[in-house]
Amino acid sequence: MEKAIKKYWPVFVLPTFAAFIIGFVWPFLQGLYLSFCKFITIDKASFNGLKNYIFALTEADFLHAFWFTALFTVVSTLCINAAALAIALALTREIKGTNLFRSVFFMPNLIGGIVLGYIWNILLNCVLTLLGKPLLSLHAPYGFIGLVILMCWQQIGYMMIIYIAGLQSIPGDYLEAARIDGANERQILWKVKLPNLMPSITICLFLSLTNGFKLFDQNLALTGGDPAHKTEMLALNIYQTFYGRSGPQWKGYGQAKAVIFCVLVIVISLCQLRATRSKEVQQ
Amino acid sequence: MEKRHTVKDHILSVILGILSIAWVYPIFMILFNSLKKETSISTGTAFELPTGESFTGLANYVNALTSKGFLSAFWYSLVITISSVALILICCSMCAWFITRVDAWYSKGLYYLFVFSMVVPFQMLMFTLSATADRLHLSSPYTICVIYLGFGAGLAVFMFCGFMKSIPITIEEAAMIDGCNPIQTFFLVVLPILKPTLISVGILETMWLWNDYLLPYLVLDRTKGYMTIPILIQYFRGSFGKVEMGPMMASIMMNIIPIIIVYLLCQKHIIKGVAAGAVKG
Repeated sequence: MEKAIKKYWPVFVLPTFAAFIIGFVWPFLQGLYLSFCKFITIDKASFNGLKNYIFALTEADFLHAFWFTALFTVVSTLCINAAALAIALALTREIKGTNLFRSVFFMPNLIGGIVLGYIWNILLNCVLTLLGKPLLSLHAPYGFIGLVILMCWQQIGYMMIIYIAGLQSIPGDYLEAARIDGANERQILWKVKLPNLMPSITICLFLSLTNGFKLFDQNLALTGGDPAHKTEMLALNIYQTFYGRSGPQWKGYGQAKAVIFCVLVIVISLCQLRATRSKEVQQ
Repeated sequence: MEKRHTVKDHILSVILGILSIAWVYPIFMILFNSLKKETSISTGTAFELPTGESFTGLANYVNALTSKGFLSAFWYSLVITISSVALILICCSMCAWFITRVDAWYSKGLYYLFVFSMVVPFQMLMFTLSATADRLHLSSPYTICVIYLGFGAGLAVFMFCGFMKSIPITIEEAAMIDGCNPIQTFFLVVLPILKPTLISVGILETMWLWNDYLLPYLVLDRTKGYMTIPILIQYFRGSFGKVEMGPMMASIMMNIIPIIIVYLLCQKHIIKGVAAGAVKG
């Protein structure tokens, strides 16, 4: 059978593979090459060595964006996962209205980042105006808190669904055995439910970490990086370097930043997967 | 074992109830602001319900639909989402079947390449990808699906491969012995078994495509007026001069309403799709 399928590779693999070359492999390789060049358009690129990287790694805005992103990712990951897990635990107790609550909490996920950003921009600015405080785009700490709130609102529902699925797949025998052995609710949570939930925790941490790190739409729509690039995250910083500045050197800098960004995301993903996979238990 | 509702459960219900009201409030806020007059929408008064004075009915909606290009943006969004999702589902499921059934170095290599592409952030390719799309004349809403197929293939192939492994190979072998060629086997035997997975992947891809902003913004040729809804909403704000809050609120609502309708209609599938996608991811 394998041989028969192999013969049909132009039908099965070629369309996806060709599009994959156009949409990923070629731009990726070209981007890698261009990060060592000075260019405005791709045709007129001159080799520049490591200058772009040196610039990117010493630029204050980029370094600030890195720390801002890192802090944001840690804070939002913790908030999202703690809240999602708490809600998932509450919704698996078979209380009244479970289905309604689940639907409501999940809903913001379906709305796109740009739209979400504007909704919260309007809402938070109104709150700040009524409190007599400076607006989101004028005071960086508020911008940071706003982004965290926005991400929580969007992501808690998604993670909650994953945690609920994980909780429901724990065999009832385990819980019953623990109860017969005299474990109280807290012990059941820490010794039975959480260890068995590790695969879900791995996935959720992975998703919220990478989502936080790659965040762009929400950042653009909520604060746009204001004031003075202080709430700019890495993705937005790269975008601004590419398209927000004129001058022949900026695109090269942007591409170098993008490569650094890409390496960071890959390293973080791998480390995180390795760290939590090792804590998973066999069912 | 019938569950007794304790006091604690009732308190929990109440807390979650309050929380879920807070969860939907932002959308209601946009809804009633979209019914206000342009002059009555400002940062300080966003929480006020429309009164007799500031209420304009559907004027903002009419304005957005007739003069702000909402209809064409809606149409392009629809075209892009439907064509791309259809293309991704068909091509990627075929590709994934090949990868799981052919045991060779190149199918493994291809698989890892697809997985790798899922992690790479879009910023890495945005400049070169939009230049490539431009050169190959793929920058119209009717051809951008090729770009999406390439860029979105990673997730789809990965998920299909995960499910494909659990399909017993004997069914396919039986079909082949009965005289099916691989194409017939795939479309008549494998695809029907794959239906739940197709729905899950389709939902995840639709959620991404309908809301995607940066890729269409960079790839689509805006000189020809190609815009999707997220681009249009960003355009209301990003363009110089006064922000037109009224039509923008109306556009946001008209972006959200179809999503909510679809969500209410196939909520079960969506939630299942998300859970299934996560387990395989």
